Amino acid sequence: MAVNVSIPTILRTHTGGQKSVEADGSTVAEVINDLDSRHTGLKDRLVKEGALHRFVNVYVNDEDVRFVGGLEASVSDGDSLTILPAVAGGMR
Amino acid sequence: MLVIRRDLVDAMVAHARRDHPDEACGVVAGPEGSDRPERVVEMINAERSPTFYRFDSTEQLQVWRAMDAADEEPVVIYHSHTATEAYPSRTDVSYASEPNAHYVLVSTRDPQEYELRSYSIVDGVVTEEPVEVVESYMFAHTGSDDIPDRG
Repeated sequence: MAVNVSIPTILRTHTGGQKSVEADGSTVAEVINDLDSRHTGLKDRLVKEGALHRFVNVYVNDEDVRFVGGLEASVSDGDSLTILPAVAGGMR
Repeated sequence: MLVIRRDLVDAMVAHARRDHPDEACGVVAGPEGSDRPERVVEMINAERSPTFYRFDSTEQLQVWRAMDAADEEPVVIYHSHTATEAYPSRTDVSYASEPNAHYVLVSTRDPQEYELRSYSIVDGVVTEEPVEVVESYMFAHTGSDDIPDRG
């Protein structure tokens, strides 16, 4: 099951500069594991203690996966997965 | 150094004033690789808070896709501080993930005067940079090298 994954600038060091790569998996977690097997270190940038890192947003097609099951959100052949850095801040 | 048109500065400050006392946030998009901010995109602060901001993730995806389709990038990422100076907080620094972007902070703590400052934030290191406000990019920074040869 091939999905197209778009990689933000900040993580392209892991993909040799490529803006998008292919990966396999039927859940977000499987896709991330597959990505990590080809682009070492990516998983650490996305997952912390078994959940998505709060510094990143991951979308399956148009849906933020936080609202549809997180790492267990399902992914189908031909879907696109988009990774974007969260833009946030605060006073402290 | 950030070179930016006055109308874009005015738009960011107006946005910050309008959302005060909540923090306002947004981006100024420009052509990829140009370092030239062209288009202010006001974003929703999903936190709606005087002390925090976070881009709404669904809106962010739409805006990032639109920039991608237009070969644009976020040249400036801005937000306001409503009670403190225009300097990045520890949280601001920990989230900063666009090494090429200018992080602009607008302080609205003084109702009369605003403070606008710009920073690059790379790997947790904050470097303030000068801001040059221009009326138009056409005449900014033209040196003798930029004058076309007359044939």
